[in-house]
Amino acid sequence: MTDFYEYYKTWRDFSFVEYFRSVSESRVAAILQKERLSEIDFLALLSPAAEGLLEDMAQRSRDLTIRNFGRSVLLFTPMYLSNYCTNRCVYCGFNVDNSIMRHHLSFPEVEREAEEIAKSGLKHILLLTGEDKRRASIEYLCHCVRIVEKYFTAIGIEIYPLETEGYRTLVENGVDSLTLFQETYNETLYKKLHPGGPKRNYRYRLAAPERGCAAGMRAVNVGGLLGLDDWRRESFFTGLHADWLQSRWPEVTVGFSLPRMRPHAGTFQPDFPISDRHLVQVMTALRLFMPRAGITISTREGAQFRDNILPLGVTTMSAGASTAVGGHSREEADSTSQFDISDERNVQEMAEALKGFGYQPVYKDWHPIGGILS
Amino acid sequence: MDKSNSNDLLTIGGIGLESRLFTGTGKYPSDAMIPEVIERSGSQVITVALRRVDFAAGTENIMDFIPQSVQLLPNTSGARTAEEAVRIAHLAQAAGCGNWIKIEVISDNRYLLPDGYETVRATEILANEGFVVLPYINADLMVARSLVDSGAAAVMPLGAPIGSNRGLRTEEMIRILIEEIKLPIIVDAGIGKPSEACAAMEMGAAACLVNTAIAGAGVPAIMAEAFGHAVRAGRAAFLSGPGASRKTAAASSPLTGFLEGGTQ
Ligand code: SF4
Repeated sequence: MTDFYEYYKTWRDFSFVEYFRSVSESRVAAILQKERLSEIDFLALLSPAAEGLLEDMAQRSRDLTIRNFGRSVLLFTPMYLSNYCTNRCVYCGFNVDNSIMRHHLSFPEVEREAEEIAKSGLKHILLLTGEDKRRASIEYLCHCVRIVEKYFTAIGIEIYPLETEGYRTLVENGVDSLTLFQETYNETLYKKLHPGGPKRNYRYRLAAPERGCAAGMRAVNVGGLLGLDDWRRESFFTGLHADWLQSRWPEVTVGFSLPRMRPHAGTFQPDFPISDRHLVQVMTALRLFMPRAGITISTREGAQFRDNILPLGVTTMSAGASTAVGGHSREEADSTSQFDISDERNVQEMAEALKGFGYQPVYKDWHPIGGILS
Repeated sequence: MDKSNSNDLLTIGGIGLESRLFTGTGKYPSDAMIPEVIERSGSQVITVALRRVDFAAGTENIMDFIPQSVQLLPNTSGARTAEEAVRIAHLAQAAGCGNWIKIEVISDNRYLLPDGYETVRATEILANEGFVVLPYINADLMVARSLVDSGAAAVMPLGAPIGSNRGLRTEEMIRILIEEIKLPIIVDAGIGKPSEACAAMEMGAAACLVNTAIAGAGVPAIMAEAFGHAVRAGRAAFLSGPGASRKTAAASSPLTGFLEGGTQ
C-alpha cells in the first residue's frame, strides 16, 4: 500500500448509512469504555446513536486532553502573504472569478506585518497564500520565512500543495509545520467544487500531507471544510487520514483543524451546514480516536462557542486573526478577506479569557533547534 | 521538610539532594503555581522543556517562576534524534540553564515512547562534554547498561507511557534495574498517584519524577505535598527494610508440623 488514496478506496464505498443505522447507544457506551479505538469504533462515535452520549464523550475527551496536553492552549495567528489565486474553488472568496481587491506583500511589507503581529507576543505564525506559483513561488516563500523567523520561533505554512522537494526546501529554510485541508474527501463532489485550476487534481492534494511528512515537517495538520458534504463521513475520513499518516510517520505530530464554513464574498453557501452540537461530536470523537493529536479551532468560530468548547479537546487556537493580506499593518483597504472572522478578540484578550477558564495561554512551544539564541 | 533522614542524600553530579521528588513545569493551568508546588512538595529538582522557554520574551517567562534554590533540569522534549537532543542541550547550556540535562528522544508521537538507541548516543556525546546526563528510557536492562558505559549520571525508566497516569506498569523491569544498575534509578512518567510513588521508593528507586499527576490534579499544590510525603514515606520504608513476611499464620505449619513432635 503506497499512498493514502489506496487506503481511502478500501473505505470509499462503505455503506455508511447502513452502518449508522446498525449502531445502538449501548454499542457506543461500550466503545467509550475502551482504551484504544478501532476505525469502526471511531465511526460509531460519529453516528446519530452517539448523540445521546455526547456528555460522556465530552467528559472523556476533556480528561484525555488534560492528561496529554495539560490545561494549556497554544496560540498562533495566520499571516496572509498573497490572495492571488488561479483556482476556482466555488466556496472561496479568493476564487479567481471573484472580482476582489488582490494584493501580494512585498518583502518590506512582510517585515512590517511580522513586526506588527509580533508585538502581541505570539511566537507561532502560519503563513498563507493563494495558489499562484508565479507570485507566491517557493523562492518567494523562503525569503518570507527568512524575514519572519526574526520575529517568530515556529513557522507553519498553509499553501498550495508542493512536491516533496518543495516541502524539503521550505523545511531547510525554517518551516516546521504544514496545514493542508482536503476540503472534501468526496472525490466526485471535489471535482464539482473545483471546476478549474491546478487544485482540480484530487489525488495530488490528498497525497500532499504525505509528501510533507516525507520532507521532514515536524507537524502536519489535516482537515475537511465542514459544510461541503455530510459531516459524519467527512470527519471519518479526516480521522482516517490523520491516523494513517501517524502510523507511517510516527515522529510527526499529526493534528486536525476543524474549519466550518463561514459567510464570504461569493454566493456559495454550504449544502450541509453543521450545528454546534455536531461539531462537538466531531471534535470529541476525533480526540477519543487519536488522544495525542493536536486540535485547532480558528477564529471562524465565535467567541462564546470557542470558550465553551475550549475544555473539550482543543489544543491550539488562532487569536487576533485577520484573513486579509497585510491585515495587521497595511492601512489601505485594498484587499478582501478570505472569510469573515467571528471571534474578534485580540491576543491579549484571548490570553486573559483562557486564564479566566483556568487555562494557560502558550505562546511558544517550539523553536528552530539551530537558532534559538543566535 | 522532614529531616529524619537528613543524612540520606541522593548525590547526582556532585550535588547532594535531600528531596527525592523531582517535579516538572509542563501542563499547569498557570506557571504561577510552580513556586507553591515546589515549596509544598519539598522538591529540589525541576525539569523544564527548553522548547517552551522564551528567552527573548519581554513578558512573563516560565523561568521567572522557578526559584533559584532548585536545581534546574532542562529537558530535550521535541528531539527526535540524538543530534537534535545534543543541539538542545547546547542551547540550554548557552542560555544559562547549567549543565544538567534530561535526555528525551521520542520519535513516536502515538505512545511517546523513548528511543533507546538514540538516547544512548546522545548520552555518550553529552557526558563526554561534561554534562550531567539523566536519560529517560524504557525500563530496559540492556539500554541501561549501555547508559552506564556512556557516562550517564542516573537512569530514568518509565513506569508507564508519559501522561498516562497508569502507575508502575513496568514494576518488574524497574526492580531488575534497581538490582543491576549501580546508578540512581529515577522513575519517570506514568506515576499517577502518591501511593505509586511510595511503592517505587519502597522498592528502592532513588527518586521519582512526577509532573502530569501534580499539574493535572484538582489542586496541584496539595497534590504536590501529598507526593512529597509519599516519596519520603517510601524512602523511609526502604531504608528501614521490611519485616519478615510470611504467607501462613505462625501457628500453622501444615507441611512441617510433623517435625514438631510426635515422630520418633
Ligand atoms: S480555497 Fe485556496 S485555492 Fe481555492 S480559491 Fe481560495 S485561495 Fe484559491
